[in-house]
Amino acid sequence: MGSPVPTGEGSPGASVATSTSPGLRAPTRRGTELVMLAFAAGIVTLALILVELNQERSLSLRILWLGLAYLGLFGAAHLAVRRWAPYADPAILPCVALLNGLGLVVIHRIDLALEGTVFPDGSTWDPVAFKQVVWTAIGLLLFAATLKFLSDHRTLARFGYTFGLVGLVALLLPGVLPGFIAPTINGAKIWLRIGPLSIQPGEFAKVLLMVFFAAFLVSKRDLFTTAGKRFLGMDLPRARDLGPLFAAWGVTVAVMVLQKDLGSSLLFFGIVLVLLYIATERAAWVVLGLGLFSGGAVIAWKLFTHVQQRVANWQDPIGRYDVVGGGYQISQSLFGLATGGIGGAGLGAGRPEMIPEANTDFITAVIGEELGFVGLAAVLLVYMVLALRGLRGAISVRDSFGKLLGGGLAFALCFQVFIIVGGVTKLIPMTGITAPFLSYGGSSLLANYILVALLLRISAAARAPQRAPKPKPQQPAIADQHTVMVERPK
Amino acid sequence: MNTPLRRVGMAMMVMIVLLLGNATWVQVINADEWRLNTYNRRVLLDEYARKRGLITVADGTVIADVKETTDRLRFLRTYNNGKVYAPVTGYLSVTYGTSGMERAENDLLNGSDDRLFARRVSALITGRDPVGGNVQLTLDSKVQQVAYDQLTAKGFTGSVVAIKPATGEILAMASTPSYDPNVLASHDSDEQASAWKQLTAKDANDPLINRATQALYPAGSTLKTIVAAAALADGKNKDTQYTAAGTIKLPQSTTDLPNFNGQPCGPGQTVSMETALAKSCNTAFAEMAGQVGANKLRRQAEKFGFNDSGLKVPLPVETSTLGPIPDDAALYQTGIGQRDVQITPLENAVVAATIANGGERMQPYLVSKILGPDLKAIDETDPDEVETAMSKDNAAALRDMMIQSEINTGGEGRNNNIQIASKTGTAEHGSDPLKTKPHAWYIAFAPAQKPEIAIAVIVEDGGDRGLGATGGKVAAPIGRAVINAYLVGR
Repeated sequence: MGSPVPTGEGSPGASVATSTSPGLRAPTRRGTELVMLAFAAGIVTLALILVELNQERSLSLRILWLGLAYLGLFGAAHLAVRRWAPYADPAILPCVALLNGLGLVVIHRIDLALEGTVFPDGSTWDPVAFKQVVWTAIGLLLFAATLKFLSDHRTLARFGYTFGLVGLVALLLPGVLPGFIAPTINGAKIWLRIGPLSIQPGEFAKVLLMVFFAAFLVSKRDLFTTAGKRFLGMDLPRARDLGPLFAAWGVTVAVMVLQKDLGSSLLFFGIVLVLLYIATERAAWVVLGLGLFSGGAVIAWKLFTHVQQRVANWQDPIGRYDVVGGGYQISQSLFGLATGGIGGAGLGAGRPEMIPEANTDFITAVIGEELGFVGLAAVLLVYMVLALRGLRGAISVRDSFGKLLGGGLAFALCFQVFIIVGGVTKLIPMTGITAPFLSYGGSSLLANYILVALLLRISAAARAPQRAPKPKPQQPAIADQHTVMVERPK
Repeated sequence: MNTPLRRVGMAMMVMIVLLLGNATWVQVINADEWRLNTYNRRVLLDEYARKRGLITVADGTVIADVKETTDRLRFLRTYNNGKVYAPVTGYLSVTYGTSGMERAENDLLNGSDDRLFARRVSALITGRDPVGGNVQLTLDSKVQQVAYDQLTAKGFTGSVVAIKPATGEILAMASTPSYDPNVLASHDSDEQASAWKQLTAKDANDPLINRATQALYPAGSTLKTIVAAAALADGKNKDTQYTAAGTIKLPQSTTDLPNFNGQPCGPGQTVSMETALAKSCNTAFAEMAGQVGANKLRRQAEKFGFNDSGLKVPLPVETSTLGPIPDDAALYQTGIGQRDVQITPLENAVVAATIANGGERMQPYLVSKILGPDLKAIDETDPDEVETAMSKDNAAALRDMMIQSEINTGGEGRNNNIQIASKTGTAEHGSDPLKTKPHAWYIAFAPAQKPEIAIAVIVEDGGDRGLGATGGKVAAPIGRAVINAYLVGR
């Protein structure tokens, strides 16, 4: 599946085979993981050195600090996996480490570019790379804690409804709260400001709601597979079973309207649709859902100027270059990508300061400019490996809830990449959303580390040898047993 | 559930492949559309990151230098004696682009010119930053300085062009009011903007225009040299008689065409071509033009360099034309350099230089040498003989008449040791010519018998003499000073 390492042991058949061989434990492949982590660390350090050389700075202590912090953090994460999920997929953590490390380097690089910039309101650029290192540390702590305290992912299914409620509240909260606590930033009302902290509850809601939907769909699976009428060769679901789909659609539209957050609503709806499809194995849901979404999108486009703006900016970014809220951002992104070309300008040699929101929404444009098409393609492939390894865990795991949750999480990761990179490269209209593990931002990073911890947990469950059944007392074969007299019923 | 999971995996791969395909389109196949977009300033900024070549005058004095800075744009363009040379060097501005030599020789100065290819490759191998090539101009620093000082001493708006007749080398090219290109090259965008606003203000009198090449004026009586040349080519000689009347009627009209102040050209009915030129008699030259005919006159003007669209020295030069000559009335007026005759100061200097060079027109040029970053000459401009405008004898005859004209011309600045051949002009313009201050012209070459310098001087709107201005009173002293500067002390 595009993975760089041979993974024969991953398939369920093989793991069953090894687990049944007495005295032979399935390989945990933690060593492989450590080697790949070291490889990722090498790439990230090289990237950092390139940035420093291109920016013509001496290799200062700060770099050493950042490099060591990186090694320490992921070394600790590796130990956590070794301790609490020894059979987890070995490729997932290195992929995450590579993406997160590259993200840190690029964020640091953008700091250098924006150093000393004075904004129109008189404020100066505040370097954020260090903050992102702290967020990474907290994220990895959460990651380790998730692995430690969640020894079996099926436990989550029991709290499905609780998670669902919390997730729903988290998703909608910024939209309904007043502006002083939920300010509108860059046109989207998706933030909660608590003291000095700004958090994006929607990022966490994504994971919480996925747990809920997986649990809900597994428990009500039979209901959804009950066929309704046949239409155009598809089994349509019964009207009364459409409830959850309509509910999801309603929430999506609410997010779009209340929070003006097109990216999140698209992501959320896509996830629900895929979960429904995996649970029911019926394409009818997808067709129906896409129909609903298209309808909703058209209506939103008709009604809301911010949707019309995004679409117009997508169609003609240059024509709307000078319009406020127009095509400036996407144009700059495309200029950067095109100027980068195949090989890129070189890390530290591009002009990320010209791309707005360079360290969040448009970070992949910076990567495309400085590392070129080659670098962007590599990043996309790492994402693909990450998502497919997650999906493989879902395919291999034995329980329905695990399959559904794992599949949903893996898809969510990939779909999010599609939405943001597609927006940045003008494949689809730009919708503000983060690039997982690359973009600057605590909420996104923490939520995604939880997501990855869950994927690791599911893959560990898939690859771990089945717990040996309780040792039964030694019994002779049935043929050797005495015949037992059964008392005749009275 | 594994079948839908696998399908979701396929969908994920399709999404990544779509992203890769689109990135290929944006970054590789269609990259130029975005890279070369005028809004994309990356290419320009990259140029600033390279050390731009120098511009020097004939004696090696640097007039456009570079200084390394600590800001975002690595190199700052600095101009020495900027106002004197600005019409030639032009400016290099991040915001407002380039002009003058900075634009005409941009590829060479920024190092992308093909002639620097070998050096670029070696820079690539040795790991040094590519550096631009240097441009050495034909300008004579002394002549240029005097030309500029003469124009600015009395605050004139105008231009001086000096050419070496034998080669076409441009020895001086001054245009006033001038500007300091340093402020436009500033890396401080506010300084740039305020300077730009000032320089382009309505009452600033277009300092950014190089009047020598970009401004078109009525030629006035200086065109009589061309009319005389046409008549000589037509078999006339300096003794051919023309009307001496103070005023004649334009053919098929009731409009008068008077001499200056309406005085007769001589005591008799007729006057010789020599006297007519020396006294600049309009009536005689109107008649002369009428006899020569529009076609021959136009052909003669073309031989002197009129209608040469696309002339580059390498600054682009506006095309001088006689304008439409629909009837004899128009021909009469054209014969005295009015009507629709339009000429650049550079072209008028070429006319003088061509007569001086025995009728051979040399291509005027500003760049004598192209030097590599190591100051080795890469390319040298060879004088280029464009065409024979007059026979040697006719040129000598015209020269003799122009010597008489110089003797007849008033004004200051004569040097009795230097014999000058010249023709003045007092060009009327505007919708009410009699109430509009005329432009003062002076074209000349010296020493008359063995010319080393040919010049054209124009002072717009009468200089300091208002309505009473004449070429002799206003422009001739400037021309003589420039000639003296070149010839005296050599």
